[in-house]
Amino acid sequence: MPAVRREVPSLTEKKLLTLEAKANEIREDILRMLTTAGSGHSAGPLGMADIFTALYFHVLHHNAKKPTWAERDRLFLSNGHIAPVRYVTMAHAGYLPKSELTTLRKFGSRLQGHPEARMLPGLENTSGPLGDGSSQAAGTAYAAKMDGAAWHTYCVMSDGELEAGITWEAALFASRNHLHNLTWIIDRNNIQIDGYTEDIMPLEPLHEKFAAFGFHVIEIDGHNIREFVDACDLAKATFEAPTVIIAHTIPGKGVDFMEFEPAWHGKTPKDKTELNAALRQLRTLGGKIASEMD
Amino acid sequence: MPINAAAKLSRKLFAKDIPELPTRNGFGDGLLLLGAKNEKVVVLCADLTESTRVDAFKKAFPERFVQMGVSEQSLAAIAAGMALAGKIPFIASYACFSPGRNWEQIRTTIALPETNVKIAGAHSGVSVGPDGATHQMTEDIALMRVLPNMTVLVPCDAIETRKATVAAGEMHGPVYIRFAREKSPVFTTEKSPFAIGKANILRTGNDVAIIACGPLVYEALLAARDLAKMGVEATVINNASVKPMDEVTILAAAKRCKAVVTVEEAQAAGGMGSAVCELLASEFPCPVERIGLQDVFGQSGTPRELLEHYRLTAPWIVKAAQRVIKMKR
Ligand SMILES: Cc1ncc(C[n+]2csc(CCOP(=O)(O)OP(=O)(O)O)c2C)c(N)n1
Ligand SMILES: [Mg+2]
Repeated sequence: MPAVRREVPSLTEKKLLTLEAKANEIREDILRMLTTAGSGHSAGPLGMADIFTALYFHVLHHNAKKPTWAERDRLFLSNGHIAPVRYVTMAHAGYLPKSELTTLRKFGSRLQGHPEARMLPGLENTSGPLGDGSSQAAGTAYAAKMDGAAWHTYCVMSDGELEAGITWEAALFASRNHLHNLTWIIDRNNIQIDGYTEDIMPLEPLHEKFAAFGFHVIEIDGHNIREFVDACDLAKATFEAPTVIIAHTIPGKGVDFMEFEPAWHGKTPKDKTELNAALRQLRTLGGKIASEMD
Repeated sequence: MPINAAAKLSRKLFAKDIPELPTRNGFGDGLLLLGAKNEKVVVLCADLTESTRVDAFKKAFPERFVQMGVSEQSLAAIAAGMALAGKIPFIASYACFSPGRNWEQIRTTIALPETNVKIAGAHSGVSVGPDGATHQMTEDIALMRVLPNMTVLVPCDAIETRKATVAAGEMHGPVYIRFAREKSPVFTTEKSPFAIGKANILRTGNDVAIIACGPLVYEALLAARDLAKMGVEATVINNASVKPMDEVTILAAAKRCKAVVTVEEAQAAGGMGSAVCELLASEFPCPVERIGLQDVFGQSGTPRELLEHYRLTAPWIVKAAQRVIKMKR
């Protein structure tokens, strides 16, 4: 049964500007939240703030007040360690009070160090151990296809977890079953824990690999919200094949001393001073504009 | 105080300033010693070089270090292949992923053919802390001890972890060594005995036997000290060699005390305590309480908060001891 296609709405210039501003606010909240937690990951969440903003404020059909709404689009997060970007974006979108962000990684919090679906409605999946999200999303997309459902399944994943065999098992499955209702979004930031991906375990040529696995492949600048929205629209217009959006991002995006630096994979600003230096970077767009707070 | 002199415990045992180190540091130190002694020793790591403490080995013997990336399943099987060609591979990751993710590869390519691979599981237990349940491995002792041919070691502090690492490298056959992320008291010394297959009696008493493994052995000693203040004398056994288990020492203690408490930072079901129960059920049935996770997963929190929340600390060991003593016939 062919699914009814739900369009990605067109993105006006005005809306684009609000999304860009929103992404920057989200980055600020990520840094504040991580500093309060005292442990966690900075690079990935900052790098994916633009895409998460675009997802929750433009692309996804969802309802923060009804996180289990049956017709919602599903967003899986496979690389669970970047949960802070999801928590903050969900707070901005109304899933949880912003005041709750200070509880990240604390005892009794719904905001577990790695996301746990049973704790916070709207998370869709539990993750942290890398690679498992790709298959879960493929399973959900498969079930949706069985039911002729109109909703779309997205899965955010990292480049490091492309080293896990399960990712490619899921790719075979998604392609074999023509899961056109499935879109993978890869945070191609070139870093992992021990260094740069191409030094640890080279992944290139990634585009060709996914194409050979039967995916519709789109490469974008992961900080260009319009490119991302267009890619999501194209993904929905694709029949017969799953889509992978390879989003080239800058780890630690927006904070010069974090950008491109694997050391920031799994650390947080160590104190107020370092936090303020990072926040100032975000407010001045890396020194390009004056800070109103100076 | 009936601390067993032969255990050669630290003179700072109950001092406020007892030094603390994570057990994983002992693993890093042990690998360095082994690497210098035996050229066949190689280390494979799945993108966690610093946190599993194999960075020192990598630095000292770069040609014998293999970076695997985030690929735990092939981490195990590639190590098995290297062992078939004469190497002595140590594979390092977090226990959730190795042996968590690659258990079947370990079963088929390491345990069954008895390849000489050593599996190092870091970040075990709830004391991993803020990372939460997905990263707190509590099922590994159960998973590994049921594998035929597998040796399972759960050392109690950084010094013993170093000794266990060296012993694992010097014996032939598959070994699992478990260690923790958080620092914990270093209460054994260079002179404390350690041997695979041997349990060590740290304290003697006739009222209850507390059998523990891993950093919680220290909590067992604290509990025994508190029990003594109430007139209860406990035997404390460091059961680091979960498999093969020292049945002679454990049975003798059970027979003397007629009541047993087991302590581990893992699921109470299937773990070291279960191994003790299996032994006692056939040789000397007596009351046993198992301290461990009671069929629940962990969560985010500070290590201390979580150890207390899941009732793994000294006061809970004291209560368990009182209960089993009451049940004695
Ligand atoms: C199966 C598994 N193995 C290892 C880890 C430990 N780990 C957490 S993040 C990470 C690095 C992965 O690279 P990537 O996701 O690209 O990191 P980022 O770009 O966010 O820095 C590793 C190895 C894990 N979470 N899961
Ligand atoms: Mg990456």
